[in-house]
Amino acid sequence: MSEKKKTSGAPQMLGAKKQGMTDTNLLLVITIVVFFAMYLFAIVFLGEGFLKTQSFLDMLGTSGGLIITACGMSLVMITGGIDISVGGVVGLVTMCCAVNLDQSGGNIVTSMLIALGIGLAFGLVQGYLVAYLDIQPFIVTLAGMFFARGMTTIIHANPFNVQHEAFTEFRTTTVEIPGAGYVAEKTGKYIPAQVEVGVLVALLIVIILFCFLRWTKTGRNFYAVGGNKQSALMLGINVKRTKFLSHVICSVLAGIGGYIYFMHVGAGSPQNATGMEMDAIASSIIGGTMLSGGVGNIIGTLFGVLSLGTIQKIVGSAGLDDAWWTGITVAAMLCIFLVIQSIVIARKKKALK
Amino acid sequence: MTQNKVEKKTTASGLFGRLFRHQLFIPIAALLLLVIFNLIMDPAFFAIRMEINNAGNNVLLGSLVTILDSGSELAILAIGMTLVTSACGGQDISVGANIAIAGSVMLRIICGEDARAEEVSVGIVIVAFLVAALVAMLFGAFNGLLVAHFNIQPMVATLILYTAGRHIAAWVNNNTLPKINDTSFGYIGGYIPGIPIPTPIFIAIACMALIALVLKFTALGLYTQAIGVNENSSRLNGINPKAIKILSFVILGLCVAVAAFIKVGRNTTINYSGVAKDIEMDAILAVALGGNALGGGRFNMGASILGAYVIQFLTTTLYACNVESSELPAYKAVVVIILVIMSAPVVRDKLKDVGKKLKSKKNVEVKEVG
Amino acid sequence: MKEKAVLEMKNIHKSFPGVRALQAVDFTLCEGEVHALMGENGAGKSTLIKVLTGVYSKDEGEIYLKGHEKAVAIRSPQDAQNLGISTVYQEITLCPNLSVAENMFIGRTKGMGVNWKSMNKMADEILTSLDIPAKSTQQLASCSIAVQQMVAIARAVDMDCKVLILDEPTSSLDEQEVAKLFKLMRDLKSRGVGIVFVKHFLDQVYEICDKITVLRDGQLVGEYEIENLPRVQLVSKMLGKDFDDTSEIKDDSLTYKGEDASEKIFEAESLRSNAGIKPFDFYIKKGEVNGFTGLLGSGRSESVRAIFGADRVVGGTVKKNGKEVKIKKPIDAMKQGIAYLPEDRKRDGIVGDLSVRENIVLALQVLQGFFKPFSKKAQYEFADEYIKLLDIKTASADTPIKSLSGGNQQKVILARWLLTHPEYLILDEPTRGIDIGTKVEIQKLVLKLASEGMSVTFISSETDEMLRTCSRLIVMRDRKVVGEISGDDMNQTKIMSTIAGGGRDDAE
Repeated sequence: MSEKKKTSGAPQMLGAKKQGMTDTNLLLVITIVVFFAMYLFAIVFLGEGFLKTQSFLDMLGTSGGLIITACGMSLVMITGGIDISVGGVVGLVTMCCAVNLDQSGGNIVTSMLIALGIGLAFGLVQGYLVAYLDIQPFIVTLAGMFFARGMTTIIHANPFNVQHEAFTEFRTTTVEIPGAGYVAEKTGKYIPAQVEVGVLVALLIVIILFCFLRWTKTGRNFYAVGGNKQSALMLGINVKRTKFLSHVICSVLAGIGGYIYFMHVGAGSPQNATGMEMDAIASSIIGGTMLSGGVGNIIGTLFGVLSLGTIQKIVGSAGLDDAWWTGITVAAMLCIFLVIQSIVIARKKKALK
Repeated sequence: MTQNKVEKKTTASGLFGRLFRHQLFIPIAALLLLVIFNLIMDPAFFAIRMEINNAGNNVLLGSLVTILDSGSELAILAIGMTLVTSACGGQDISVGANIAIAGSVMLRIICGEDARAEEVSVGIVIVAFLVAALVAMLFGAFNGLLVAHFNIQPMVATLILYTAGRHIAAWVNNNTLPKINDTSFGYIGGYIPGIPIPTPIFIAIACMALIALVLKFTALGLYTQAIGVNENSSRLNGINPKAIKILSFVILGLCVAVAAFIKVGRNTTINYSGVAKDIEMDAILAVALGGNALGGGRFNMGASILGAYVIQFLTTTLYACNVESSELPAYKAVVVIILVIMSAPVVRDKLKDVGKKLKSKKNVEVKEVG
Repeated sequence: MKEKAVLEMKNIHKSFPGVRALQAVDFTLCEGEVHALMGENGAGKSTLIKVLTGVYSKDEGEIYLKGHEKAVAIRSPQDAQNLGISTVYQEITLCPNLSVAENMFIGRTKGMGVNWKSMNKMADEILTSLDIPAKSTQQLASCSIAVQQMVAIARAVDMDCKVLILDEPTSSLDEQEVAKLFKLMRDLKSRGVGIVFVKHFLDQVYEICDKITVLRDGQLVGEYEIENLPRVQLVSKMLGKDFDDTSEIKDDSLTYKGEDASEKIFEAESLRSNAGIKPFDFYIKKGEVNGFTGLLGSGRSESVRAIFGADRVVGGTVKKNGKEVKIKKPIDAMKQGIAYLPEDRKRDGIVGDLSVRENIVLALQVLQGFFKPFSKKAQYEFADEYIKLLDIKTASADTPIKSLSGGNQQKVILARWLLTHPEYLILDEPTRGIDIGTKVEIQKLVLKLASEGMSVTFISSETDEMLRTCSRLIVMRDRKVVGEISGDDMNQTKIMSTIAGGGRDDAE
């Protein structure tokens, strides 16, 4: 009794707000706050470029594929795993689709099926190895990445632009966002804000996944498995199936993300999406997903991708054009976020004692 | 009498089980498979011949020499990677990037502003190596600090340097391509006149001897393993886990510097985005192939090093089969997956069950005969 | 199947590599009974339970459940749950990252979706009815261990179960919480639920159970009505020999208690650590055995941890033989001749994957220094010596410590510290969760060491153990020292009243 009295005393009052919040929500809030602070900073110091809706939409357009793959990555990370094959899968998808469209006489539908099929195949194999043969996900997906990268060059060694007409038309289709455009000063014409189809697909997937993780039993099982595998098993959750599913979904999303990426670049190349797995992991982490599993949120991942895009744009418009600055700033940002996360979590743990 | 019999049986099955469960089983089995494969494909693979090379030296040539030669960097990195894996329960994925940095620093010092060096003195090479080693160890310490002090998982913590490393390397030399034109500098990555064995092999052997001495004359092995298995308990036994974790990363940093030294010696220049590309993956695979748990704890240094050479053996074999270097990963992946599946505990247990059944059948037969 | 039986396990066999964990074990559980499963560590209790809950698959045997004509197949914990078998394990098997409500309902609701509102409402109702101080939306990790254990119990109880298994559920609960649990168990009993209760603490077994099944070395010893089996007999059945633990110890303790004349070897003044204890004063004499007592969470472990430097010391001084010494980290304390056997053996004690040998030499190696490693030969000599001395049951010195039974693991940790030849040995719950035979051995050893001049601090949840071994008790409540008992005052009632005493004052 006396102990309970104690915990409801002064120390709890101090940390009351924090304690009421789950780790997931706490990290999400940090991510969103940092993103808006950063964007505000950009608007104030770097000016107009960041105010235009269109420039924001363009940023979304560039990162449509990344949003989808990063979401898949978050799913796997929430269950406590990792999938570093996503970049390779994206690269392979672009190459296969490009070859299919231009050299094998395929059409948009077949190329889409190819993208989904590649994703599914990777997911099934990797998921089986990780979940049912209990092999470390890092090794399995590392091999997956190697395989995908190698296959890409085996299928076609040189980069080329896709000429397929229907596809070109399809990929350049944009959707107008009502009311988001602006009136050009010189001509007085209304210029509508446009967004690529891929972005809409990406946002739709974000919403679906968010609902999936929040309101379905399977979604909650993902968190349980990531929180404590052994406990999850004892609680009657099918841990193996959950892990399997997470890998399948992740790879399928990488397939879809690959197609969206393909639509954006419109070319097949072995250089496509190099390092994308690291971008996806970075976005997830910045978005508040913890690699140790059990903590994370899809909305956070979306903001993670946006934060990455924004920082790259800030570096660009700040006149630091040298290629290395982008890499270094992204790394620095990742570093800061990791440190913040670890400090926050450590503080919280201490406050509890 | 009966007791005797029982004992015999257990030792016999125990021997088989021990052999099968032994840490070196997988790397050696993999090596044997590769050897057999090459024997079938082209026995000339194993030929070693003495020839005069471009520089006019009498040197040993042949695929086996190539494997030992080009496996040097990997073997050296595997040493550090094993320690990091054991102590921190995770891997450093920034070694490739760190090699680029160390190499870049080395070249910056040797070549100076104008990015060219016609003649190189031994003194400046030593200075360059020491400075590069210091830089690589500092970056290692940075990784270690993130891991030990901020409790970030190693893979994630080193992701930072992985992302930034090659950019930093380019920035060190202002994105120019420094080149060393002194032929004697090439001895480091090639052959020293009069010695028919490639220099990197000696460097690798020196590193292995060094780590063997370190493990013998310090308690490093016990400390890292204890921390990897149970950090709490280690701390209560007076070990400083943070210091040891950082130390493991610093040692890896030193390994990186040595590997970078060999790389620069081979190329006498540097390709920031291409040098030691994907070597971190190979190094991690070497540790895993050696049967060390990637989750930390117990380690076997010899097994890791053997794993490194097996991976190089595989690479060289693939090259011998006329596989393009860009296609290499696909084949490697297939081999890796087969290896990993074979070493998966689940699969091994199943195989063991099959083995048991076979043996029990035999036993029954023996009984019947008896 | 027998009448009234809800569960019958017949001829269960299970082996692990090198061990036959269960051999032809039968177990029958009737409706509305609390059935204790007793045995030393390694007797096969946990294995039997894990077979029943689908964590392990059995090699042979059948399991029958009421309402099922044929033997049931239990392949996973999920199967067990669906069949109406719910379990509370010794370790908390919940997910710390999920909310309390989710932990109560995950894995056992129907349908695809999660209805947060109704789930939280239901959870809150259960929490209030069981008087558990937690909110349904709270993250589990923010609850104390005791509350987490109660949540696990609430989950198990809420399931519409026919069989409830409680595997050492009370080890992290204080007295009131145990009373609450017992009330709950009686409730369930009257509703016809069969309860399996595993516990080393005999008092609790005799308080709540109806029947006892005893296992030894993986074999069934027998099933007994509780009133027909006095404690002494139970213990002898568990150990397989006639044995009266209490009398033997008492003789020893009378011989060695208290040498008042000797010097204070360690003294602490207003010592304070960051683990949230009030500053306290402390001393121990050469050859003395004292103890910290108090309820769980009263700060007794934190106090000794502060002396050893296991938590960060934030104030106060420690003197050795009257001279001030700085103890900031465990290594500082070790250099001053202090040894500390931690409370949580699994988390803080053993280094699981390492061998018995490495576990034994670890502390001495650290004291000796990083650059002076012991040779393999020396290590084996140390290990063999202590394996013999403490009668540690292990296949060899190279066996990984995690494959030893709890009692033997504890002996290895003890050996580790004895090897450093400490002047002052702190034992924090050395007898928790280990079998009675080893418990007695450890208590005897403590007295023997003290008689040889070692100072010992002994902490145990079982007061009679403390009474038997210590000559002076420091009583703690609410994270501060509230009294000291020694000499003739050393008895159960005095301790209880000191522990509880102030509480009443506060209330008034």
